[in-house]
Amino acid sequence: MSAIALRRPRAAAPSRPGVGTVYRWELTKLRYQKRTYLGLGASILVPILFAVAIHFHHDRHHGGDFAFSGYLDRSGLAMPLVILLFGAIWMFPLITALVAGDIFASEDHNGTLKTVLTRSLERHELFAGKALVAATYAFVAILLDGSVAVIAGCIESGFNSLQSLSGTIVSAPKSLELVYVSLLVYLIPIAAIVCIGLLLSALTRNSAAAVVGTLMVSLLIQLIGILPGMSGSQPYLLSTQFSAWQGLLRTPIDWAPIIRAAWVCALYGLPCLAGAFLVFIRRDVAGG
Amino acid sequence: MTNALPPPVEVRGLVKRYGDLTAVAGVDITVNTGDVYGYLGPNGAGKTTSLRMMLGLIRPTEGSVRLFGRDPQESVRALEGVAGFVEAPTFYPYMSARRNLELLAAYDGADATSRIDRALQMVDLQGRQRDRVGAYSHGMRQRLGIAAALLRDPRLLLLDEPATGLDPAGMRDMRLLIRRLADEGMTVVLSSHLLTEVEEVCNRVAIVRSGRIVYEGTIAALARGAGTLYRLATTNDGRAEQVCAAQPGIEDVRREHGRLAFTADEAAAAELSRALVEAGVLIRELAPQTVTLEDLFFSLTEGDGAPSVPEDPEPLELAT
Repeated sequence: MSAIALRRPRAAAPSRPGVGTVYRWELTKLRYQKRTYLGLGASILVPILFAVAIHFHHDRHHGGDFAFSGYLDRSGLAMPLVILLFGAIWMFPLITALVAGDIFASEDHNGTLKTVLTRSLERHELFAGKALVAATYAFVAILLDGSVAVIAGCIESGFNSLQSLSGTIVSAPKSLELVYVSLLVYLIPIAAIVCIGLLLSALTRNSAAAVVGTLMVSLLIQLIGILPGMSGSQPYLLSTQFSAWQGLLRTPIDWAPIIRAAWVCALYGLPCLAGAFLVFIRRDVAGG
Repeated sequence: MTNALPPPVEVRGLVKRYGDLTAVAGVDITVNTGDVYGYLGPNGAGKTTSLRMMLGLIRPTEGSVRLFGRDPQESVRALEGVAGFVEAPTFYPYMSARRNLELLAAYDGADATSRIDRALQMVDLQGRQRDRVGAYSHGMRQRLGIAAALLRDPRLLLLDEPATGLDPAGMRDMRLLIRRLADEGMTVVLSSHLLTEVEEVCNRVAIVRSGRIVYEGTIAALARGAGTLYRLATTNDGRAEQVCAAQPGIEDVRREHGRLAFTADEAAAAELSRALVEAGVLIRELAPQTVTLEDLFFSLTEGDGAPSVPEDPEPLELAT
């Protein structure tokens, strides 16, 4: 080790790091991790595969038995909406969990929590930065998936008008606008999934357990919805809120499911977020 | 009215319990400015737990830690001017050393970034700075840990077993680096179970055993204590034991390995030899034992606290 003096006059007013610093560096860290590309890759690949499947489907003019499926061969704008319906089952919860479930647990896995907690950041700043990055990742994945679906769908089936769930015809530009607003509404339950992932990540300190656990919670909630005698709980299940965007595609727009999604998801998400926060703030860093 | 600055480290009554297990059982230490302070103890003695509490990573069950008068449990601002690592330094393995240091510098504040090149140069890692940390050897990670600590331009460096796992050259370099940092005015707290490391670089030590401090003071005082142990073999050990017990300045008389052992200074030992002859006891062997720091360490951390005579020591002196 060479003999070079390190100490030098201190700067007059060094800037203090904060949530923004954590946010930027957590995004940078994501760039180096394979799981980041796994989730984003799936977001891109699924719509492309969907478009290919439609292209080679021999019975192109079938009606379909779920919303907008009958429009897949008539308007490319139907494709992102159909993928939203399918993706709610496990794809989007899994993509969301890939980062949300890993973001605290990976610090334990790498033993780096003690490294970053002995710098000049308060724990709550670290928590906030990480939580925001987990949410950002999920949001980017959804918007990326939607955008690729729009492009792939329009290449395959054209940029055409859609029929709303009320039976009215919506022009292509207006449909495109509604598709993106639908994606934004879809982010409400996704945010709740992020919170569940964060809680499991902070609690379990194990990436695999947190990622799988988040997906399991999402699937279990769906399972509750199909159990006999549980139909009354349907409006209050997290899985139901993944369909709230359909209110936008009625004429006039039905805001009720969207408003319900907002408070139901808050009921799921906020306690999980608060739990994750308390676990992270109070924990002894005796290992990582 | 005194204007004295608070000491870099002031620990009072520090306790950490995990259920029924007491990891740290009432530690009191004070580290003064400019000290290179060795926190010495066998594995499992509570050194790392104590350091974690000093760095605010875990909460004490009881007691307090003050770094330059500030409580690290209250705010991370208490760590201003403080750096270090506990156990092995850890980094994001998928990023390069430089990228890791850039991240940590960003988490320290803007002016830390300007120290990255100097820190890498200081630990001789500038040639490997673009390599992923995942490909680093243990020794390189230790050096990177020092570099990461130096980014904070610390006045107090807390290092947990910094030389563990290093090869002999790496250990020597680490000692030289710590010594040099201390010479530049940095206060260093260094936990270790390596006695040579502590002997060479530390001016003060605390020896911890089962979570308790069993010695705190200077190495010199410890060494002075090390030179006062004698062993005695006579023609009549029973009578000799009585003479020893009655003789001023002769303390801690006991039988060990078929001989008598006691602690005394040189003058008292000389007086004893005269008293034994007057009592009609012939001395076959009266030898001071040069007890090394290692002997003291083991006696303090394993025995009853009193240094003991090696089982078959080489006689250093024979008085008759």
